[in-house]
Amino acid sequence: MKILVVDDEADVRALFEQRFRREIRAGEFSFTFAYSGEEALEFLQAHASEVVLILSDINMPGMSGLELLRRIRQQYSAPPPSPPQVMMITAYGDTESRQQALQLGANDFLTKPVDFAALREKLTTIGIHEN
Amino acid sequence: MSLNTSLLISILMVLVIIRALRRFLDLPTRLPRLNGLLNYIWGPGVVLGLLALALGWKGNQTDQLDELYMLFVLASILVVLARVRHYRPARTLLLALAPYTVYSAIELLLAVTGRELMKQYDDIFETSKGFALIWLVTFIFIARSQKKTLEAERLQREEETKAKERIEAQNLELERLVAERTATLTTQAHELQQALTELRTTQAQLIQAEKMASLGELTAGIAHEIQNPLNFVTNFSDVSSELVGELEEEQQRPDRDAALEAELLADLKQNLQKITHHGQRAASIVRGMLEHSRASSGERQPTDLNTLADEYLRLAYHGLRAKNKAFNATLHTDFDQNLNKVEAVSQDLGRVLLNLFTNAFYAVQKRKEAASEADGYMPTVSVSTRRGPNDTVEVRVRDNGIGMPEGLQQKIFQPFFTTKPTGEGTGLGLSLSYDIVTKGHGGTLAVESKEGEYTEFIISLPA
Repeated sequence: MKILVVDDEADVRALFEQRFRREIRAGEFSFTFAYSGEEALEFLQAHASEVVLILSDINMPGMSGLELLRRIRQQYSAPPPSPPQVMMITAYGDTESRQQALQLGANDFLTKPVDFAALREKLTTIGIHEN
Repeated sequence: MSLNTSLLISILMVLVIIRALRRFLDLPTRLPRLNGLLNYIWGPGVVLGLLALALGWKGNQTDQLDELYMLFVLASILVVLARVRHYRPARTLLLALAPYTVYSAIELLLAVTGRELMKQYDDIFETSKGFALIWLVTFIFIARSQKKTLEAERLQREEETKAKERIEAQNLELERLVAERTATLTTQAHELQQALTELRTTQAQLIQAEKMASLGELTAGIAHEIQNPLNFVTNFSDVSSELVGELEEEQQRPDRDAALEAELLADLKQNLQKITHHGQRAASIVRGMLEHSRASSGERQPTDLNTLADEYLRLAYHGLRAKNKAFNATLHTDFDQNLNKVEAVSQDLGRVLLNLFTNAFYAVQKRKEAASEADGYMPTVSVSTRRGPNDTVEVRVRDNGIGMPEGLQQKIFQPFFTTKPTGEGTGLGLSLSYDIVTKGHGGTLAVESKEGEYTEFIISLPA
């Protein structure tokens, strides 16, 4: 299962790669990283069909996570293939942001600091469902 | 002429003369006692008359009675005049009466003693009498004119005295008014002084309040900025303990994978470095916040403008993001990496930068609100550093926000000038910034702007 992680903090890569070391090694998940909304859209253009799940930060310089979500829902709405799932991650866990994200079509809404155990479970469920 | 008649006429004349004399010399005030006696001037005349009647004087014997009486009256008048001789008209009258009195006395004497001489020198006597009378009248006139002159002088003196009194009264009134006005002015000056002191206190309080308000704007940004590195610290230490677990597991196995062990160890080392890095990042933010809130020491220290600008740009951005979550902007930095450190009070300069960034974000936010989706407007705030002309260092803060018309650009550095709605801005930000840059650092703070397009602030500091 290909997962695209979008965050302006570069260290997120090291974190995810270590957190999901076993899953990556087992070939369950494969992560790709983008450091801005623009970069994410660029990547999606080339690999739209591959990406199953997008994990995106909301607060990023330039294009925000919500804007990215809006564009993804606009551009990749119609199947086939099935549209990617989008999970928003933000430090501001207020209801307003959550509502806005869900309204724009987010599948889930996580707050930082991310509970990786819970995330792992969610990802695994999605993975099983995919297969 | 009968005795009674001539004596009576004399008495009447005397009364008229005395009355005139009283008036002329103002006797009731000058000589009240003699004046009282003069009331009885008729007395001797009447006594003489009665005496003559009683003794049965007749003919020649009574001829001189009225003259005797007149001489007595003249003598009395002379006495009176002598008593008031210090009064000039009185002296003149004295002079006027003297010849006539002498004449009357001699005539009387001659009349009593014998008439021969009188007859012999009749002409001379007549002439003398005429002369004495002319003298008398002339001098009475002179006395009158003297009296008039004196009276005029007296009136003038009185007038002068009155005028002097008036002036004195006016002077007193003026002095009173001056004293009154002085008191009012002193009170006013005192009140003004007090108002000034209060204003100064208020100004100091306002400046501190402005500082605290900017700190308030920072708080959310700071919280966000601290949260991120703290999350990394937590996550990396968490994942590191997992790695250690894996490593221990691997060590228990009979067929140990050396490559995996090396990889795990490398990751561990990297994680520890990251923990240190993010810990320091959080610490530096806290330090910056403390510095910002602390009263300025005013001490200049070598300051890296790139770091300072970057730090405050992020703080300002996240501060605004915390307040308005829908807001988003592209942050653009262009730092001259070879920039030398400048001598600056970093917390003061930080306030200036924070203020400029906050304004920039405000401007792009305003333009974004006005723009429609189709415009594709991308709010952008950029900061750049570079070496300026004449050994200076420049920091430029630019935004593509609403901009300012020419008229506004003149006013923005004035204290209390603000374009923000009441309650949103103190109007002190830019004026304080201007003071910090110019007075505090000997630099310049300039603005360039085009309405509806951009605004750029240029801080120029001596390198």
